[in-house]
Order: sequence, then structure tokens, then C-alpha cells
Amino acid sequence: MSLDNRKNGERRQNYTISAFSENHIGLLNRITIIFTRRHVNIESLTVSASAIKGIHKFTIVVNDTREKVDKVVRQIEKLVEVLKAYYHTDDEVIYQEIALYKIPTKALIEGDDLEKTIRKHNARILEVRPEYTVIEKTGYKEDYMALFEELRKYGVLQFTSSGRVAVTRSSKELLATYLKEAGELTAEYENN
Amino acid sequence: MKDQIETIETKTRKKIRTTGADAVMRSLIHEGVEIIFGYPGGAIMPVYDALMDHSDKIKHILTRHEQGAIHAAQGYARVTGKVGVVMATSGPGATNLITGIADAMVDSTPIVCITGQVTAPLLGTDAFQETDVIGISMPVTKWNYLITKPEEIPEIFAQAFFIARSGRPGPVLIDIAKNAQFGEFDFEYRKCVKIRSYVPKPVVKPEKVRQAAELINKAKKPYILFGQGVILGNAEDEFRAFVEKSGIPAAWTILGACALPKKHPLNMGMLGMHGNYATNIKTNECDLLIAVGMRFDDRVTGDLKRYAPQAKVIHLEIDRAEINKNVKADVAVLGDVKESLPMLTKLIEKRDHSAWIKEFKEAEKIEYEKVIKNDLYPRKEGLTMGEVIRILNEKTHGDVIVVTDVGQHQMITSRYFEFRNKRSFVTSGGLGTMGFGLPAAHGAKIGAPDKEVVLIVGDGGLQMTIQELGTINQTQAAIKIILMNNKDLGMVRQWQEMFFEKRYSETYLLNPDFIKVAEGFGIKGKKVLHRPELDTAIQEMLDYKGPYFLEVNIEKEDNVLPMVPAGASVSEVVLEHKK
Ligand SMILES: Cc1ncc(C[n+]2csc(CCOP(=O)(O)OP(=O)(O)O)c2C)c(N)n1
Repeated sequence: MSLDNRKNGERRQNYTISAFSENHIGLLNRITIIFTRRHVNIESLTVSASAIKGIHKFTIVVNDTREKVDKVVRQIEKLVEVLKAYYHTDDEVIYQEIALYKIPTKALIEGDDLEKTIRKHNARILEVRPEYTVIEKTGYKEDYMALFEELRKYGVLQFTSSGRVAVTRSSKELLATYLKEAGELTAEYENN
Repeated sequence: MKDQIETIETKTRKKIRTTGADAVMRSLIHEGVEIIFGYPGGAIMPVYDALMDHSDKIKHILTRHEQGAIHAAQGYARVTGKVGVVMATSGPGATNLITGIADAMVDSTPIVCITGQVTAPLLGTDAFQETDVIGISMPVTKWNYLITKPEEIPEIFAQAFFIARSGRPGPVLIDIAKNAQFGEFDFEYRKCVKIRSYVPKPVVKPEKVRQAAELINKAKKPYILFGQGVILGNAEDEFRAFVEKSGIPAAWTILGACALPKKHPLNMGMLGMHGNYATNIKTNECDLLIAVGMRFDDRVTGDLKRYAPQAKVIHLEIDRAEINKNVKADVAVLGDVKESLPMLTKLIEKRDHSAWIKEFKEAEKIEYEKVIKNDLYPRKEGLTMGEVIRILNEKTHGDVIVVTDVGQHQMITSRYFEFRNKRSFVTSGGLGTMGFGLPAAHGAKIGAPDKEVVLIVGDGGLQMTIQELGTINQTQAAIKIILMNNKDLGMVRQWQEMFFEKRYSETYLLNPDFIKVAEGFGIKGKKVLHRPELDTAIQEMLDYKGPYFLEVNIEKEDNVLPMVPAGASVSEVVLEHKK
């Protein structure tokens, strides 16, 4: 049977790809090449430590079809330094992003509605200086963008948001289970 | 937690105080390397100096261009199954390797490239002959690594060879900063046997084999497609046993050509764009496709949407990323075919599919009348590539290693040469690299000195690496070169004729006197213009003891047919083109 994901009109949605690797220079490059070569846009990318000592985790968010993401993930997993790679839809992971806003302190002093906005959005103030104040908001993109819209009228001096960090809804790191099983038998591989 | 990399001790357990450059040589010897193809230059000179101290164990072949070195290593690797080793200097030396690395990557050829790099403190300063070779080669290597300290050498070499040759093989590049070549350290070699993050071969799941056997036993019109995976897995015998017990007709991708003898009664021929007629149309008539070590390249499948929609698919494959990449598998048997095929053979029923095979034979008759007869026994005056291959068959009975370049002659050779032996065909498949042939034939002869090696090459491709005649003269490797001279970039001209309204844009070549060129390089040559001379000329060529250059004047307007035009379905394979 032939495969053609565009024809099937398969739905595009967010996928969070988690790739676990040994720490090696240049691996980030090898991973991103896999996306650029296939014209898949990376929405966000975070490199961090994982719960397992010495193992790094790449969290990559893309918006594409399951089929395309599946193929990309297999290519990532094929890289020599990558132990395992997984992908999940938004409901399969718990994820957060963090946003920072810098606004003039003047706005904070002159009237109390800014303070109310901060409370309403469950944001917090990180630092107050005579010229500016830095606010932090953790959440989903819709949430921190909503706050951004509200802060606009005070004049946002700087704004930035992080890539996604995510953990799965399963109780343990999937990789840990994999490594445990593979401890004796690395070649034991989950068949497609 | 277990070690990330597992190693085993080698015979020499004593540590030796030595330089990085010397350690490179010692590491190669530990890996069983006997031959290096390469070209020296500033950034790799310490290693070349160390080479002199080990010349009793390792030979070096000085090519005339780094591209010549890597293609030679590819030819060597393809006929021997060993890792081909290439050495080059930094900057231009390393960039000249890239085409060959890309070729080896797509054709899964085990290669280790060693390139010199500027001294570590100068990295990133645009120093003389500094290029980011790691960056450039990243998308076309299975793995690469920049060594900046001599202590890293043994460990990285051990990993490089392990990665290049295991699982689905591929090219690996090691870039060595000059300071690491000069620096001294205590050398000790341990072979790499495992890398935690790397699974070369998935373990075959008996459950999947059982499912595959069930489908095979139920099928009425099953059809086997095989590729280079059979050869890379050294599984020709296991494959043959499977085919014979199943009684199922089998067809091959270009790189699978010699995995089953051409004349085997169940060998139906070549797949894809310039494959056979029956093999293509039957793809859309079978009820089960059994793909063995092949990756459904677009040159094989034509339009994917109309590729075997009626058939169930079994895919035996070592590389998990190939499963469902182009064609969806109903049953995927992951693993080395060397292991999975015998398991499958055990579970299938012995069958006879002669009625189904007769359908192939009937289609083959049509192709014979319309195409093959005229290719092999032309009645027109001009010589055809097909008759050259036919005579070569008659004289060698397929008992030679055949190497080709890229173009019409490549397709004609694949279609008509009667491959008989394992690892007897070397050609650039996935990349279609013109200029591959001459150096690859040289490497093949170095790897298989007791075999006759015949190169079939076009006049376009020959001139891309013609300087390697100089290398061949220096080694006196007795390769037999047949130049199919049609004074054209034949394959491109064919497309122009068929799909661009005969607008022949830039495909005519004003060629040199090739015999003089060959002779200038010290290689004996002869030119054939007419049919009556061809037979004896080929015999003379085969009888000659040294390297030999035979030029055959080929009729210009010859086309390779049948053809599945680009974007067409395999069932739309055309047998003739109205001129
Ligand atoms: C390096 C490279 N450049 C261009 C091509 C495109 N190409 C494919 S076949 C061909 C013509 C080959 O002509 P020739 O070597 O004379 O062989 P023929 O087809 O005539 O047998 C060309 C230009 C290629 N495959 N490789």
C-alpha cells in the first residue's frame, strides 16, 4: 500500500519530541539537519539534563502530521549518539513554557490595575528597579500571550519566551524503562 | 549504570609511548586494514610520515584526486565486504571527498575517512586550509568526530570502525587536528564491541516472522523484491534457499543485482525505471510483495500512489527508519536478513508457482521481441552497448566483477550482464555519481586481485575522473576498461529526446583521442569501430595481462528501454519510443 500523508489530509497538530542522548558536541546540529532536510519547521527546542545521570534530553516541538513526525523521530533515533526518541501529542504530556516581560516601573507605581493584572494571570514579579520591572509567567502559550496583550498598554520594553519543557504522563521516564530492559540486551528493540 | 562504550582487549596489551600519527597507523593495523587510498597534504603529513614505519603491514595507493581515493575505497569495500579506508588533507583535500562520502552514505558502504585538520588552537580562525569538515560532512556521514588530543585516537578509531561496518553500514569521518598527530601519549588499543546508544541490528521477532510466513503461505501471486541488504548481510545463500523453497518469482533493485545469479530460474530481472517489463507490470498484479533488504527508492517504485495498491507488503529490513518510509508494510520483519531469512524459510511451505511465473515469461517475450533482441543482436549498422555486453557474457560466462559508471551503459550492463557470483557488481546506485566507475574499478581490483575486473564506462563519466588512469598505471592493477563511446551524455540525451522535444541542450561532447590519452598514461588501448572487430577485440582485452583500454564506437541515437517515465506508475512502463 502506498503512503502519502498530504493526500490523506492527515491532521497537523503539535507534537512534542523527546530525544535522549549521550552528551556529544555536534549532536544538536545532526538533529536539526534531520528537520531542515525534510522541510519540517521546529517550533521550539530545548536541551536539558534528564532524570538519568549523564543523559541529555532534547525537547522539540513541531506542528505536523503524525506520519511525518514518526518518520523524523525514526531518523533521530538512528543517530549513533541517540539512545531513544519519543513523540507525544499535547494531551499526552504535561508541559510548560516560561515568559519574561520587562515593563516600565512607572506603570506599576501609577495605579493599581497592573498589580491586579499580574495577580489575575498568576504571574509574579522577579525584579523591580527604578526604571523597569521584570514579570514572569509560566504556562501555555495562549496564557502568556494573553498577559502580553494586556501588558501592551503599559509599554513592554522586552519580551521573551522559552521553548517547551515537558514530562510524560507515565509515572517513570520512558527511557529508564528502555535502558533497564536494554541493560542486558541492547538489541531488544521495540518493533514498529 | 553500564559503560556507554564496551571494548575488548586486543593482543598487544602493553602500552606504547608514541605519537598520535603513529597511533593512527597502529589503530588501523588493529582493525585489520591492509590498504589505504589517499592523497597527502600539510595537515595530514605527520600521519603520512608514520605510514613509512608501517609499510610492511599497510599499503597506500596514491590516487590523482581525493575523489579517486574515496571511490576506489568504495569499490574495495563493495567487493571485499571490508571497511574501505581513505586519507586526505584538510580543506580542499577533505572537500574533494564529499561526493564519495555522500555516495557511500546512500549506498550503505562501510568507509572510514581520515582527514587532517589545522592545529586545535587555530580552529575557527580561518587558518590556511581550514574548512569545517565536520559540519560539511555531517548530513552525509553515519558518524563523524573531530580529534583534538592524541589520547582520543585509539578510542575514536575503534568506534569509527565499529560504526562503519555494523548494522546498516556507512561512511564515517575522523578529522584529526595536527597537534593531536604530533602529540605523544601511551597507546593501547581496545576494540569497540558495543555503544550503548547505538543498536546496529534489531533482534528478529519470531512473531513477525510467523506473521510473514502466514501471508506467504496464503498468497496466490507472491512476488519477491530484493536489494543490497542481502549482499550487505552476506546472506546470498540464505536468500537463495528462501527463494527456492518458496518457489516465488524474484526481482532485484540495481544494487541487489548479484545477490541471486541472473540465470537462476526464479530470477525475473530488474526493477524500476530502466528495469524489465514483466518485473514492473507484475508489481501491480501480485497479491503479496516480499521486500528483502531494499528501500523502495523512487527509481524503483515510480509513482507511489499507484504502486502496488492491491498487494499486501512484507518488509524484511535492518533499518527501522526504512519501514513505512515510502511503502507501508503490513508485516515488518526488523533485523538482519541473515538471521530472519532462515527463520522464515523454515516456516514457509514448499511451493510451485509455475502458472504465475508463466505470466512473467509471457511479458518477457514481449520485451524480448520489442527491445532485447534489437539490443543484443542489432540488425542496424551501428554497434549497440547491448551487443558488447552480450559478447562479454559469452566470453566470461558472468565470472568477472563488473563495475560501471553512470548513464545508459550502466542500465544496459545491469539489464544484460549475466551476474553469477557474489559481490560481482559495483555501481553507484542511490546517488548516480558520474566519475565513480574508473576509480571504483581500480579499488575493486585491489580488493579482489585474483578476479577479472571489467569496467563499463561512458565517455562523459570517464572524463570526470580520467586522471585515475595515472593511478592505475602506477599500480598496474589489471583492470579491463570498456569505453562505450557515443560522443554524447547519452542518458541525458535520451531524456531530451523523449521528454524535451529533442531539444539537445549541452549533451554533445567533443572528445579527445581516448586511445592516445590511455597510451599517454601508459595503458595499452584499442578502438573498435565495426562489428566484425568486436569479438576478437574483447578477447584480446581479456587475454591481456595488464590494464587495458578498449574503446567501442557506439551508435549515438540508442535509447535504454523499457522505461518507467519519471512520475509514471510501474504499470505504465513503455517498451518503445516513436522517433
Ligand atoms: C556527477 C554527475 N553529474 C551529472 C549527472 C547527470 N547525468 C546522469 S547520466 C548522464 C550522462 C552520462 O553520459 P556518459 O557518461 O557518456 O554515459 P552514457 O549515458 O552515454 O552511457 C548525466 C550527465 C550525474 N549523474 N552525475
